[in-house]
Amino acid sequence: MRPSREVGIIGYGVYIPMYRIKGEEISRIWKSSTIPVKEKSIVGPDEDSVTMAIEAAKNALKRAKIDPRDIGSIRIGTESKPYAVKPSATIIAEALGITPVSLAADLEFACKAGTEAFEASIALVGSNMVNYALAIGVDTAQGRPRDALEYTAGCGAAAYILAPKSYETIAYIEGSYSYVTDTPDFWRREGQFYPMHTGRFTGRPAYFKHIVEAAKGLMENLGLKISDFDYVVFHQPNIKFPMTAARILGFKVDQLKPGLLCGEIGNTYAASTLIGLAGILDIAKPSNRILAVSFGSGAGSDAFSIVVQDAIESKRDLAPKVLDYVKRRKYVDYALYAVYRNKIRT
Amino acid sequence: MRRVAIAGIGYTKIGELWERSLRDLFVEAALKAMDDAGVDKVEALYVGNMMSGSLQEQEHLGALLASHIGRPGIMATKVEAACASGGMSLHQAYLAVASGLYDMVIAGGVEKMTDKLTPDVTLSLAMADDREYVVYSGATFVGLNALIYRYYMHKFDVKQEDIASFAVYMHENACNTPYAQYRNPIKLEDILRSPFIADPIHLLECAPISDGAAALVITTLDRAKKLTDTPVEIIASSAATDYLSIHERDDILTLRATVVASKEAYGQAKLEPKDIDLLEVHDAFTILGVLALEDLGFAKKGEGYLLVREGEIARDGKIPVNTMGGLKARGHPVGATGIFQVIDATLQLRGEAGKNQISKAETALLQSTGGVGGTVVIHILKRRD
Repeated sequence: MRPSREVGIIGYGVYIPMYRIKGEEISRIWKSSTIPVKEKSIVGPDEDSVTMAIEAAKNALKRAKIDPRDIGSIRIGTESKPYAVKPSATIIAEALGITPVSLAADLEFACKAGTEAFEASIALVGSNMVNYALAIGVDTAQGRPRDALEYTAGCGAAAYILAPKSYETIAYIEGSYSYVTDTPDFWRREGQFYPMHTGRFTGRPAYFKHIVEAAKGLMENLGLKISDFDYVVFHQPNIKFPMTAARILGFKVDQLKPGLLCGEIGNTYAASTLIGLAGILDIAKPSNRILAVSFGSGAGSDAFSIVVQDAIESKRDLAPKVLDYVKRRKYVDYALYAVYRNKIRT
Repeated sequence: MRRVAIAGIGYTKIGELWERSLRDLFVEAALKAMDDAGVDKVEALYVGNMMSGSLQEQEHLGALLASHIGRPGIMATKVEAACASGGMSLHQAYLAVASGLYDMVIAGGVEKMTDKLTPDVTLSLAMADDREYVVYSGATFVGLNALIYRYYMHKFDVKQEDIASFAVYMHENACNTPYAQYRNPIKLEDILRSPFIADPIHLLECAPISDGAAALVITTLDRAKKLTDTPVEIIASSAATDYLSIHERDDILTLRATVVASKEAYGQAKLEPKDIDLLEVHDAFTILGVLALEDLGFAKKGEGYLLVREGEIARDGKIPVNTMGGLKARGHPVGATGIFQVIDATLQLRGEAGKNQISKAETALLQSTGGVGGTVVIHILKRRD
């Protein structure tokens, strides 16, 4: 898909909470034989998806250097809204000074909600309905104690401000491609606290099928080859899946590594692909081309081809980078983690 | 009693076949078997299946699958004997043809296990033992086999590697089996490093959760000779039961149903273990493979592991076992497993086993086991040129 006018990123920002729990600490409690990631990020007692989204958006605004009041749309993608009914987007918009003249909505598509917000923002700017659109992917992911997902379910946010392509553009969107099917690999029903997943079924028929098909579809539509891309980022539920997807498509590990953060922060769900993309923007050079492919259970993938522009050089130091947040960490034990992540229901 | 033979075989690939339903799988296998036999009419259908009720919430498989293979109206029924459902399905088909009631029948089996999550499958598999006395105590199937395994090592002073390496041979054989679930070789170190499922049983000593279906066209030997150049006669078909649960048995290291059914089968066939060229045994766990070698008369009690250690179960060994990979690596779609054993053996007897073809394959013995030996069905097959 391509909008009728070219759209680019003029600001991006991330937020990763400072608390971490190590995989080995979770394993100490549950005695698992495999530890999928080294550690994962978790929110502190005063944080949630809304506060993290605000922090990430503030960083994006620092790079965009625009007046928040000029933002005409805010789309937040998450599966961990503090309120089941009441928009998170309005709280964030109010905190940032975007209100009152703006579109605002929350989107849900498991881990793909963040790139759905990104895509919707491209569409609004690309169709000339708004000039600036804010897209956020954020989650405070919950994993059932003892479940494999408990090792990876992390917390984080990424925000992007989209605008018509100009000299202020950090990177522009060359095109996108979405691939969705009804594939029940992971879900949480109304009233349930923890999600369910279907073990290995989450792999081949879900994650790999959708990521690979979306990536191939995008390349075919844009007439691009694997060798045309300098970097690649996939949704990262663990380390193994994105590494395998890269191998299936023919990318080298070096092209994946700058955006592969799951080992340090866990799976940040709707923020995962967008934080990975930010990690690449933090180090990319003008004219580098990036392939970004999300995955959301249920299931679907959005693939984007993104080309870095000159403005990256002057803008990337205006806000904390991904690695600044990755390095800022404080370890907690399982007991404190259980409290912070609301695993002890009082 | 008429002489009975296999005139056609059909089977699906075994694996995590998420995009196939139970009926898809069975229809593929049954139609392939009919094609293989060159027949378009059968009079009866026996479907070995254990868990469609709990995993698919679907029973009445006889009528369902008869309709879906395009033969509504024929006699059709599900046959259930836990993991021996496939073997029991063939036993029923054998009786039907031998008795003269039917001339042309399908003995099949199907299991679609990946529709449910592993804990649900584990609980369903546990239906094979006594719910009130065993399952409610918290035991799972692998747990029961772990008791046997531990006691076997203790009583006969056997090292685990001499039992666990059974799985190495299974994977080696499955590498060349196009329809196998796992076509990768594994080493003994891989097995012993893999996590415990129930101490001392490691993950790589357990048969997997599988989807798959297999079917045989069973008819009289005379008809089979007209239909195919490579008929395989069923020269023995027997079944026996034991106390369902191991706590009721005098000796948990002997599957008495195997001893009784195989004795009957050897009698029917007028053969002894030394006359058998290849074995298909029910290696749901490595220890069950070792016990089978003893209970079928190929080793003394407590010495079955020696055949494993000395490599005598390999394709070029004294008694080749599970030449296409067995339950461990070829796969274990429960209700279809007993039929897959017949497929594996028939390919050998027909000389169609490809890279796994053993040099002398005229007579094969098959052991289909339900639960921890609560039911055992034995068949002996012989090539008839």
